[in-house]
Amino acid sequence: MSPDNQINFTPPEKQEKSISNDPGMNNRIKRLRKLSVETEASISIERAVIETNFYKENYGKYSIPVLRALTYKEICSKKTIYIGAGELIVGERGPKPKAVPTFPELTCHSVEDLQVLNTRDMQRYLVAPEDIETYEKEIIPYWNGRTQRERIFGHVPEEWKAAYEAGLFTEFMEQRAPGHTTLDGKIYQKGLLDFKKEIAEYIARLDFMNDPEATDKFETLKSMDISCDASIIFAERHAQLAEEMAAKENNETRKAELLKIADVCRWVPAHAPRTFWEAIQMYWFVHLGTITELNGWDAMNPGHFDQHLEPFYNNELSEGTLTREQAIELVSCFWIKVNNHPAPPKVGITARESGTYNDFTNINIGGIRPDGTNAVSEVSYILLEVLEELHILQPGCSVHISSKTPDKFLKRACEVIRRGYGYPSVFNPDVYIQELILQGKSIHDAREGGCSGCIEVGAFGKEAYLLTGYLNVPKILEVTLNNGIDPLSGKVAGLATGDPLTFKSYEDLYSAFIRQLNYIIDLKVEVSNYIDRMFAKYAPAPFLSVVIDDCIAKGRDYYDGGPRYNTSYIQCTGLGTVTDSLSVLKKHVFENKTFGMEKLLSALEKDFEGEEVLRQTIVNRTPFFGNDDEYADEIAVKVYNDLLKAIDGKPNIKGGKYHLNMLSTTCHIYFGKVTGATPNGRFSGKSISDGTSPSHGCDTHGPLAVIRSLGKLDQVKSGGTLLNLRFLPGLLKTDQDLMKLGSLIRSYFTLGGHHVQFNVVDAETLEAARKNPEEFKDLMVRMAGYSDYFNDMNDDLQTEIIERTINESFG
Amino acid sequence: MNQTDTIERLESLIFDIKHYSINDGPGIRTTVFLKGCPLSCIWCHNPESFSPRKEKMYWKSKCIGAQECVKNCPNQALTLTPQGIVSDNSKCSLCGICSEVCPSKAIEISGKNYSVAELLKIFEKDRLAFDQSGGGVTFSGGEPFMHYQLLMELLEACGEQGFHRAVDTSGYTKTEYIINAAKHTDLFLYDFKLFDSMKHKKYTGVSNELILKNLKELSKTGAEINLRIPLIGGINTDVENLERSAIFIAELAGEKKTVNLLPYHNIASGKYKRLGKEYNFKQLIEPFEEEIKQARDIFIKAGLTVFIGG
Repeated sequence: MSPDNQINFTPPEKQEKSISNDPGMNNRIKRLRKLSVETEASISIERAVIETNFYKENYGKYSIPVLRALTYKEICSKKTIYIGAGELIVGERGPKPKAVPTFPELTCHSVEDLQVLNTRDMQRYLVAPEDIETYEKEIIPYWNGRTQRERIFGHVPEEWKAAYEAGLFTEFMEQRAPGHTTLDGKIYQKGLLDFKKEIAEYIARLDFMNDPEATDKFETLKSMDISCDASIIFAERHAQLAEEMAAKENNETRKAELLKIADVCRWVPAHAPRTFWEAIQMYWFVHLGTITELNGWDAMNPGHFDQHLEPFYNNELSEGTLTREQAIELVSCFWIKVNNHPAPPKVGITARESGTYNDFTNINIGGIRPDGTNAVSEVSYILLEVLEELHILQPGCSVHISSKTPDKFLKRACEVIRRGYGYPSVFNPDVYIQELILQGKSIHDAREGGCSGCIEVGAFGKEAYLLTGYLNVPKILEVTLNNGIDPLSGKVAGLATGDPLTFKSYEDLYSAFIRQLNYIIDLKVEVSNYIDRMFAKYAPAPFLSVVIDDCIAKGRDYYDGGPRYNTSYIQCTGLGTVTDSLSVLKKHVFENKTFGMEKLLSALEKDFEGEEVLRQTIVNRTPFFGNDDEYADEIAVKVYNDLLKAIDGKPNIKGGKYHLNMLSTTCHIYFGKVTGATPNGRFSGKSISDGTSPSHGCDTHGPLAVIRSLGKLDQVKSGGTLLNLRFLPGLLKTDQDLMKLGSLIRSYFTLGGHHVQFNVVDAETLEAARKNPEEFKDLMVRMAGYSDYFNDMNDDLQTEIIERTINESFG
Repeated sequence: MNQTDTIERLESLIFDIKHYSINDGPGIRTTVFLKGCPLSCIWCHNPESFSPRKEKMYWKSKCIGAQECVKNCPNQALTLTPQGIVSDNSKCSLCGICSEVCPSKAIEISGKNYSVAELLKIFEKDRLAFDQSGGGVTFSGGEPFMHYQLLMELLEACGEQGFHRAVDTSGYTKTEYIINAAKHTDLFLYDFKLFDSMKHKKYTGVSNELILKNLKELSKTGAEINLRIPLIGGINTDVENLERSAIFIAELAGEKKTVNLLPYHNIASGKYKRLGKEYNFKQLIEPFEEEIKQARDIFIKAGLTVFIGG
């Protein structure tokens, strides 16, 4: 910032601060936050219209990569530019905050889909009637039969469809592009003009005489070059608008801000950022570019944002051109920008189910640097502070606690956890770096990696690590217990692995289950590979390819093996449910013969109706996962290892491999809906266990037993595990309590844990616990000198504790 | 039985073991609750700790009427009524068969014997969390000194294993016991309920001379003592009681003493019902915020380090 155009930031209103008890959030941020939170999500068809018109005129004139890049350029050149009142960081994917574009080239919403989105109760997206009309007349007719989704579903084998429809797995790429990408630090050192130079150098080196792929590489590199121009145009249009607005602005302070915005947008993303402000705007333009050209799953992630911003912060602070308060304000502006971008809504049946607006940007805070040293800096604390003050849905945040992380940072993170927003989640770099190295990354790339989306690891800025879909492991057992039939539909969904009544031993049953598992995984892998090629061919991502090593050097697209590393994950869900179910079969059916297979199967078929004694026996008299019980944990370890065996190391078609992931996001709820009663006493339709967490309410021996059970899984062999722990605010009252929580985290990580997140239970959850006591058996209520399971308390007491919890809430 | 006598070694009953216990001393702790108490404080949160014998607990909300207990009881002590299972305690031998056969765990026997070796194995599992947090093992009750022999064995064994040891006591035990235990205890959590002996007898069933004497003697050994004072509205929150308590505590020998004020919570009635006991909670009042502050100020004025809760 030069002195003559120094911006007068809105000074923090000291008076108001003390009154509202709302430290840090100044009026600007309050206003922007309010707008972001209160604006309803809507659908914008602008992108679809521009794209459709462009395709109508140009399809067939260019190679696909160039067509995609030109489409992106067209969008950047024509879409509405938005600069909101008071904004410092600018740029929206849609024409205004919370307006989400559609991507008809991937999956085209039907009129009915749009109507459902406009009217459903949860996670509604407003759609203007005239837009539905335009869609019906112009968008749908063009894309009908041409979408990625149709290409995929037109191909898949019947067996795959049967398994998919039964809910044995989901497919990520049927509605959205493979995504979930995270950046390293290169965009803070290089501008798009630098990338263009690099692209030109690689084009110049192409050997058309000897390299049979030279032409394809040329088209791909050309597409990347065009996409850089597109993003620069997009930024320039913001600069122009800012200047126009400045000319009309009467408030001198705001006028200066607008002129500063124009300066920033003329500099980035064309050039490497020079200031803290430019660094954030740089990332934001890159982020917007990647989520505009396609709708990649789990948005886009800045990765180790504190490490990227730290040099800018330190420089400007020492030069006196930035204060801590100004840095907080700029970060807050960025935070709100992320929140302005709800996830693009789905089509078809899934549109009916309320999903989430969250698009899973996950900012990594803390952890370690590529050289192996502790990465916590002042900027790490600033990010936590902004997270705590703004507490909005997006972006998600995680703290990274290695053995080198200072306790002070851990404690600060625990303070934020205590607030009960569900953020930040906590990761263990000491384990995930090993995971990445085991997958073949260099130590430098592994340390520069981290977590994105929910819990999955990748080498930031150098890897396409794609989630291919969730696997419903309990359902695989259900289909095994029905000899290949899905009992809910009566249709064949899997392999006929034998009539369970003929199984003589637990081993017979287990080997049938493993055969079924392998069959389902192979089905899934085959189609995933096909989908990968469809994206490489028809929906490449030129702009994303620019910022991921080594796409430029290889002359290959992000979806076509361009990145240095190419991983495909299959996310296995329901380890707790399947372990507990197998434990019931082993213990009661085969060992103790408490009841026979026939009796159990018939109880499952009846959803335990009239079988409460049997069900209670199951629930109360079986060793379950999460209690440090050898019997159950041994089964969990075996299942986990067999999942690894079935998935890990299978080649994908981009030179990479499939790896195991143990996350569920919210899919355990969907999977629960499509899974009948399970042998662990779970009723039909109830959600299955999430990630690697114990089944709800089945961990009755406290958090230390849970972490010991989880510690038995060799977690470094996966690409991520997930543990949810439920905590009451009463356990986190004092500073000492926070340190104890920190110790619990450190203990789990010493045992080899990858991730843990704390659900600090609110009164609402307690109400739910009162209604469904069985799912909350683990819920412990602790007050001075006395503790008991919530479940075990009578109604009056529960009411009292709920009231107390309301009083104790920390927000 | 004399109230300060200990019960036989074989009858060493434990009614609960809590992990990730954060209110019973420093760090993350594993707390062992020993059954039996010479006091019967009317506000007690753990009514199952009164009797040093096994007891049957019944959860009506868990009972599904399977009647396995009724069918399998060797003494025909149980019947199913519209109010749930009713037990004829004159017939019940506390054999525990009912709790073993109940599919829904609606009946449980409170009180279980553990050997020292078994308990050490349990503590060992939590060692990592102890080490990370500076925690350890706490023996609580009931009154752990009612199991003096077991307690001493456990304290010595835990010492050998390097576990931090805390003893949560009412102080109502033989002076020699408490002095001997001090050699093997890292921290005493010492209950201090009421200064006036008459009132003490009224609300806890015993007078407090022995408790105060033991506290004096214990403080002379240099033991680390954390005094735990429940604050119960209308019973011990008056200025006179608090001031006299504060002066007494301040005058104790030894440097390592802290005070925790534990505002009373009215939340144990369910447990009483399960045991078929009456709970006089209606006469107990949770202290007001001002009362807590006033109490804190009194102890601070006496030069003591005071914490609220925990």
